[in-house]
Amino acid sequence: MVDTIRAEKGVTASAPSPPHKRQWRRGWLPYVLLIPAVILELLIHIIPMLVGVGISFLQLTEFYLSNWRAAPFAGTSNYRIALNIHGATGQALLHSFTITVLYTVIALAVSWSFGMAAAVFTQRAFRGRGVIRTVFLIPYALPVFASVITWNFMLQRDTGMVNQLLLDLHLVHSRPFWLIGSNSFYSLVVVAIWRSWPFAFLILTAGMQSIPTDLYEAASLDGSGAIGQVRHVTLPLLRPVNRVLLLVLFLWTFNDFSVPFTLFGSAPPSQADIISIHIYENSFVSWNFGTGSAMSVLLLLFLLLVTAIYLAAGRLGGRHA
Amino acid sequence: MRPTKLSTLAIAAALAAAPLAACSSSGSSGSSSTTHPTLTYWATNQGTSLQADQQVLGPQIAKFTKATGIKVNIQVIPWTTVLNQITAATVSGKGPDVLNIGNTWSPSLQATGALLPFTSSVMSQIGGSSRFLAGSLSATGAPGQPPTAVPLYSLAYALYYNKAQFAAAGISSPPTTWAELIADGVKLKKNGHWPLAIEGGSVAENIHMAFELSQQQGGQFFDSAGKPTFNTPQNVAAVKQMMDFIQTDKLTNPSDAQYSKGTEALVDYATGKTSMVIWQAASGSLKQLGMNSADIGVVPVPLPSPVPAGGKPVTSMVAGINMAVFKNTKNMSAALQFVKFMTSTPEQESLNSTYGSLPTVSAAYSDPAFQTPAVNTFLSILKSSAAPMPPVAKESAFETAVGTAIIHLYADAATGKAVTDSMIGQALASAQQQLGG
Repeated sequence: MVDTIRAEKGVTASAPSPPHKRQWRRGWLPYVLLIPAVILELLIHIIPMLVGVGISFLQLTEFYLSNWRAAPFAGTSNYRIALNIHGATGQALLHSFTITVLYTVIALAVSWSFGMAAAVFTQRAFRGRGVIRTVFLIPYALPVFASVITWNFMLQRDTGMVNQLLLDLHLVHSRPFWLIGSNSFYSLVVVAIWRSWPFAFLILTAGMQSIPTDLYEAASLDGSGAIGQVRHVTLPLLRPVNRVLLLVLFLWTFNDFSVPFTLFGSAPPSQADIISIHIYENSFVSWNFGTGSAMSVLLLLFLLLVTAIYLAAGRLGGRHA
Repeated sequence: MRPTKLSTLAIAAALAAAPLAACSSSGSSGSSSTTHPTLTYWATNQGTSLQADQQVLGPQIAKFTKATGIKVNIQVIPWTTVLNQITAATVSGKGPDVLNIGNTWSPSLQATGALLPFTSSVMSQIGGSSRFLAGSLSATGAPGQPPTAVPLYSLAYALYYNKAQFAAAGISSPPTTWAELIADGVKLKKNGHWPLAIEGGSVAENIHMAFELSQQQGGQFFDSAGKPTFNTPQNVAAVKQMMDFIQTDKLTNPSDAQYSKGTEALVDYATGKTSMVIWQAASGSLKQLGMNSADIGVVPVPLPSPVPAGGKPVTSMVAGINMAVFKNTKNMSAALQFVKFMTSTPEQESLNSTYGSLPTVSAAYSDPAFQTPAVNTFLSILKSSAAPMPPVAKESAFETAVGTAIIHLYADAATGKAVTDSMIGQALASAQQQLGG
């Protein structure tokens, strides 16, 4: 009671503060709490990224590894080497970029479709739905190395389970290669889809929880079947969720290093030469970290461009949502 | 009580400071005290597995700790990542105190300036350079500079063959020429064995073989000025010979193109799946894999007959493991004591007899363990038909570039895409361009 009187007195006794000062006094706490995250983000992400951009303008070879400041300035020559598609390095980078775009688009499309289908089918409660949802999430929850190395064992030509199954089911007459040759691209796509579709499923399931069920009832009363309901109710209302989901999945799949590295080792076949591994190999093959950094900067610019275009397009379309 | 502005600020400051404190440098290699420091030692994978190496090195190094009180933290690094880790340690300045390096990497690592040069004063602290075999000491850096490391294990390539399978196929003696090997292969295949196992997915195994075959053809990968000369007819012929093992001579199972861990081809030989393998001295590993020692036969790698014009009778590169010290170690004298221990005669005898490699100090050869026929074969290979890899600064980049190109060519051969001379030439030219040459 004493507090209430004091509070009342506080309200009447002091003069009303100007509006911006009142807002500042209320608003400083979130910014202060953000300080640790900002500092760590700077230290771990932003500053190393800027250092990487700086390296891309140097000729940082094995002679200067232990003393970067002595490395000669290379201007834009690293970028010219990386972008020169008539040279071996530039050609290989373009090839790797094309493979990665293809891989990302296919993996993204199939992962999203599987995730969407599974989310729709598990939307209404049925017996065992909890178990089904848990089983669906297992690939995403497993540690990358353990799960992908198991795929590596399964895809071995002579001793792997996949070839054994294919032979037993008489689907093939001779054992194909899955880890080298043209099949390696499909192996990588399958493993990537296996790992990322549960994430799409999870996000879409969460997104669907906020769609009111009476909309579905209204739709079915209007005569639309299951597919019609998905088209007219679910998809439009999931648009904001999908916008974020597709962008995140695209960036993660494009940048993926651990899945291809664990599946193929440090020398992936040229048909599955994903760009993150390609840049890593390039830095350590030629020991010219300047070129490797230039490639990384180019990759960063490409992804920023894609993100910017995607978000701009989303905002244009979003005005109608 | 509502939190005051001050206490909230204090909490925020503490939260910000805590991770910074944790991130702060903890000093290199965890030395606990100056009188009894702890050394960090990066060992390479010489045995059949990382654990096997720990079991070999642990008891030996325990003797060192007992004698000097210096503890050693042994980390065994797989071949697939060791060069990258050494590079990362060079860049960051934070690495082990003592480390093993592939002896062929010595010139490249020397160029980074991260390793302690073994000048005569440093050499005298570990017992002097005259103790070492001249051949082993030759692969420790670029000519004209003090060694960047000291030789620890000496190795060479030889042709391992299965005596029992040869006898069963009616082959009286192991092949000395490539033509004989191919003919023997036909007989062995009739008996249901793959004749030759190849570690087709391994950079190191591919590049060593390519170098040896190139020497036999009279080729070279770097000219006398140190400039790369990858795309030459002799080098192409050497790589073509390797591809033909799978595609033309059918000596090798195409699945071998997937073998990348550095152990699978040897395991195939040890378990009797294949009759021959070209490998560095492996008696220790073969014993561990359970191969019957009566079946193990060792002869030099075959030569072409006749040797082409300009070709050299080279059957192996000068292989081996060197031991180096990081220049910015905080435990310099302890590190040198450890190097002295590992290159001491008793340790050289013990470790090399376990691994099946050859000691790098001449005094160790009086031990009867090194007077077996297999050791004599390797010793004579090292003395008369072994050539060192190019001692240039770009050497390890060359190994990775050309070795990786050969992995891709093996994959093409294995999946049925015929590898032609022009494909090989293109691959070698691209590899050379990647080096900036």
